[in-house]
Amino acid sequence: MMEEKRGRFGPYGGQYIPETLMREIMNLEDAYLRLKNDPCFLGELKALLRSYAGRPSLLYHAERLSEYLGGAKIYLKREDLNHTGSHKINNALGQALLAKRMGKKRLIAETGAGQHGVATATAAALLGLDCEIFMGEEDTARQALNVYRMELLGAKVHPVKSGTKTLKDAVNATMREWTARTEDTHYLLGSVMGPHPFPTIVRDFQSVIGREAREEILLREGKLPEALIACVGGGSNAIGLFHAFIPDAGVRLIGCEAAGRGVETMENAATLTTGAVGVFHGMKSYFCQDEQGQIAPVYSISAGLDYPGIGPEHAFLHDTGRAEYVPVTDAEAVEAFELLARTEGIICAIESAHAVAHALKIVPKMGKDRCVILCLSGRGDKDVASIARYKGVEIHE
Amino acid sequence: MSRIAKAFESGKAFIAFLTGGDPSLELSERLIAEMARAGADLIEIGVPFSDPIAEGEVIERANLRALRAGTTLEKLFELVARVRRTSEVPLVFLTYLNPVFRYGYEAFFARCREVGLDGVIIPDLPFEEQGELKGVARENGVDLISLVAPTSEERIRRIAAEADGFLYIVSSMGVTGVRSAIQTNIEAMVKLAKGAAEIPCAVGFGIGSPEQARQMARQADGVIVGSAIVRLIEEHGENAAGPVREFVQAMKGAASGD
Repeated sequence: MMEEKRGRFGPYGGQYIPETLMREIMNLEDAYLRLKNDPCFLGELKALLRSYAGRPSLLYHAERLSEYLGGAKIYLKREDLNHTGSHKINNALGQALLAKRMGKKRLIAETGAGQHGVATATAAALLGLDCEIFMGEEDTARQALNVYRMELLGAKVHPVKSGTKTLKDAVNATMREWTARTEDTHYLLGSVMGPHPFPTIVRDFQSVIGREAREEILLREGKLPEALIACVGGGSNAIGLFHAFIPDAGVRLIGCEAAGRGVETMENAATLTTGAVGVFHGMKSYFCQDEQGQIAPVYSISAGLDYPGIGPEHAFLHDTGRAEYVPVTDAEAVEAFELLARTEGIICAIESAHAVAHALKIVPKMGKDRCVILCLSGRGDKDVASIARYKGVEIHE
Repeated sequence: MSRIAKAFESGKAFIAFLTGGDPSLELSERLIAEMARAGADLIEIGVPFSDPIAEGEVIERANLRALRAGTTLEKLFELVARVRRTSEVPLVFLTYLNPVFRYGYEAFFARCREVGLDGVIIPDLPFEEQGELKGVARENGVDLISLVAPTSEERIRRIAAEADGFLYIVSSMGVTGVRSAIQTNIEAMVKLAKGAAEIPCAVGFGIGSPEQARQMARQADGVIVGSAIVRLIEEHGENAAGPVREFVQAMKGAASGD
């Protein structure tokens, strides 16, 4: 439907990578096309998602929060209850199985907050693959707990010291490593970004979120939701939730970008609000950049949203108007993080709190007979220390 | 005959690289003249980019130094125009795609023609994506130079058949940077390319010593040296002219089989 040309979403996507990687990326595409409808492969993945990752994740009606806001019913899609604590496990298991079928012995991956790194290290441990994770040095400090978690799982974590020392630089380092060694190594990319076929592969593995949610909401409410709300960095949990609903024209799709200290400042990561079209990290899409085409340093309290680009399918959904993308600041996200904890007893990831924050703005204006689904993409244990620091509280883990 | 074609006319070509504006535009301009005098047959000017994913640490640091010094694409075009007033040495840009995209493809290649830039190498633009630039590059008489890698195998024929200027043979897996040994069978890659087209083939990535230059030149039409030169510039800064001249002379000599 949307991929008019191979690997394109309208004008976005493509394969803008060094020649050295082209054969490997084509091998990956071939392998994926062969396996994506293979009952044996899909059966194996489904069994793992069920018995290992704990799927399906359920919709939880956040009654106290809904009541507090006095508008539409809020359903939380509880990806935070998955094994490893986020939606990242859906894609990590899928791609790790794919890599194993391709005969790979080693997984490499970038990570921002560490959620994708932990999910990849977990899948590697489960399937007996070697694993190396690249993580910006600044993020290894912000997310020390996840670094140790990955090491416990047998992965080697490389702190990336170049550039802004965050997610973008971790992607650079992982691409460089892959360029040096493709024979036995799969790059388990963590979001719906990068060169084709990654945006499609990751979306397919994440679209289980929306398929489950759509089925369950129809059962429980007998109708489709008014809106879907999810946070977007690269955009994998958002596209995962949105995808099954794209043909449902009446359902609003809302992605929440990290506005950091505000879209009027230079310190944000709100790509669609403040960026422009460009070509970077293997894809044509929107990027935060200067007028010279240099990629801009970005900032967010959330290491997982601290990325200067966005997946090409989101760029397309944005241009066509099918989805809306809104900025949410650090301060709004932290306030939502605290409110959700107090009203529902759920400590969510600071990434997901960006989606909660937008719900606080729009849900009160919707009728009580309406409902929305909000993707709670991950749990917040990893963020407790940094939220405390943000609030000026010193705690020692 | 184009300036690039002429570079491969008389014996093995030695291609020298520096990052434009590292550490200043003035020094780059002086070094380009020095390298041309010292025997460089073609000079590659790296357009600095914030995230040069195909580069090793040496050239990455040079990119950041050049950006900190305020280097822009437009300033590099002006640099090329200045060099062209006194020199016919073939000049190409090595640039990531995003700065070109932002400048605008039409405007970029028109400006290349205007200042006398002969070709452009774009490491994150593989064969399959060249379509959006190839036409406008050719219209302006600018060679869009293609790369082939050790993993390209059967792709080499197709890429060579469409290649303009010269074919850039990436000697090794990984990013740019000096290596102690090059394992790839370069001769076989050149043979595949030559079977598909009459295109000069130059080898780059990892070449840092005269011995390596001699060895690689035996198997191809030219050798490309980047990181080893950039390291000299990093080490000697404003005093790099002497060491760079001596190095280029030695490498040109080795490539020519002296």
